[in-house]
Amino acid sequence: MAMMIEVQDLTKYYGPTLAVSRLNFQVEAGEIVGFLGPNGAGKTTTLKILAGFLAPSAGTARINGHDCVTESLLVRRSLGYMPESISLYPDLTVTQFLQFASRVKGVAAREEKKEVDRVVAGCGLDEVRQTLIAALSKGFRQRLGLAQALLKEPPLLILDEPTIGLDPSQIVEIRQLIKELAGDHTVILSSHILPEVSQLCQRVIIINRGQIVASDTPENLSRQLGQGSRISLVVQGPEAEVAATLKSVPGVTQVAGQGEGRFLVEAGNDLDLRPQLARQVVEKGWELLELRAQEFTLEEVFLNLVTEEVTEEES
Amino acid sequence: MKNWGGCLALMRKELTVYFATPIFYIIGFFFLLLAGYFFYTNVLYYNLISMQAMQQAAQNPQVAAQLNPQNLVFRPLFQTLAIVLLLLVPVLTMRLLAEEKRSGTAELLFTYPLTDWGVILGKYLSALLVYLVLLGLTTCYGLAFSFMSRLDWGVVATGYLGLFLLGGACLSLGLFASSLTENQIIAAVVAFALLLLFWIIGWVQELGAGGLRGVFQFLSMMEHYENFVRGVIDTRDLVYYVSFIYFFLFLTKRQLESRRWRA
Repeated sequence: MAMMIEVQDLTKYYGPTLAVSRLNFQVEAGEIVGFLGPNGAGKTTTLKILAGFLAPSAGTARINGHDCVTESLLVRRSLGYMPESISLYPDLTVTQFLQFASRVKGVAAREEKKEVDRVVAGCGLDEVRQTLIAALSKGFRQRLGLAQALLKEPPLLILDEPTIGLDPSQIVEIRQLIKELAGDHTVILSSHILPEVSQLCQRVIIINRGQIVASDTPENLSRQLGQGSRISLVVQGPEAEVAATLKSVPGVTQVAGQGEGRFLVEAGNDLDLRPQLARQVVEKGWELLELRAQEFTLEEVFLNLVTEEVTEEES
Repeated sequence: MKNWGGCLALMRKELTVYFATPIFYIIGFFFLLLAGYFFYTNVLYYNLISMQAMQQAAQNPQVAAQLNPQNLVFRPLFQTLAIVLLLLVPVLTMRLLAEEKRSGTAELLFTYPLTDWGVILGKYLSALLVYLVLLGLTTCYGLAFSFMSRLDWGVVATGYLGLFLLGGACLSLGLFASSLTENQIIAAVVAFALLLLFWIIGWVQELGAGGLRGVFQFLSMMEHYENFVRGVIDTRDLVYYVSFIYFFLFLTKRQLESRRWRA
């Protein structure tokens, strides 16, 4: 499959500060890729370079085979970019702004109205069409930012924190919109909201301190990086005894009491200890109120990766 | 440059901002107020002088020949308008690029498929058009005057051409100043200081600057403007203004290019 984005040894310094350090990754056409990392990890910088707003200090970024620096104009023609916490011209109305954007992007004059109507409908901007941007709420501004990126149906969409500042129902709508783009469009989006990335993206690139720390599907990341499996139980019985009993089951590596009879049992990889644990509890004559396998969430994977890095550096 | 469409779209957007916000109306109001005041006082003065000259015309026909509205009304008007321009242009251009950078809209503008020249020309031409509208409004003075007296429109038109070129040059310098910073006040101050410098650089010659005299004289904006005001179109002056405009637009382009690397 054709590569939409190819990034090689991408490095960016802001003065003496290293923002992105020798980044390497590729994105296939049609993929939705999530860019995940704490604040200041270099997500926005990388996306700005891809969008042609900044030039890298070293390394190359190619989009659709075109270099982001030397063939900037070609690259910019093929992408829609939504900057983080987007700024728009406050003195224009929504329609005026979208008309401006579609003209600048080279939408033919007779297509213009249709194209503007399409993104207005797609992003739910109908009720504010004639409103000045200065008077828009944050949610509408965000949607307008997405709308302008969608004009002329660019093959690549670069969305920097697309759902930040939206209320929950708007977030669901925008996510749905992004999901619908999959297939025809390649989407690279950054976020620090993990559930969002795991829902939307086929692949996640986790970045920290300007470097990639992991890159895989959300499921694989959870499986590989969450070491072992976890089971949560609620048992009615003497806490200390219950803990000791659970600990004695072969394969259990750790038991943590969480109060009110709830215990979290951790076990080695690919071991399902649920039957053994249940039997033990019942044999002792205690009441087993709840028994549930718990997956490692992406959040924990992420925290693991990020904190591991920190401790490694400190030691 | 293939994307004229994009350049035009940007120009249209800039004009929308000029006309949809109070910027144009405030600037226009005070510009016309000042220009109208100067025109009015010049006409009064012309009136006074002609009265006296009529009485003396018998003795001194030479002086009477010098008395015409081109010399006594429009020449001083163009000279004072040039000074108003010095104050007006920085205000007109200061927001052009500085505001985009300050508010963050530059991030969108520079990731749209527009060349740097497209951005620069779109911005520049919009300011030039606003300026032309202001100039256009002052032509009603000439019209009003021509109802009352004979007027050599050729001389007046040449003066307007000079004013247009001078304004064009000032605007290109203002645009460059705006590209240097994200602070509009700094942009205005830089533009004003540079304009003033190009204004007064010709004065050095009066102090006898030796071999550099000719150079200073040639660089002076006023020196070239004088000819137009007198009703003379000299290709040297045309070349001066056109190269001045190109030079500062070119510097602006360099400035935009470097932004990508320095940020």
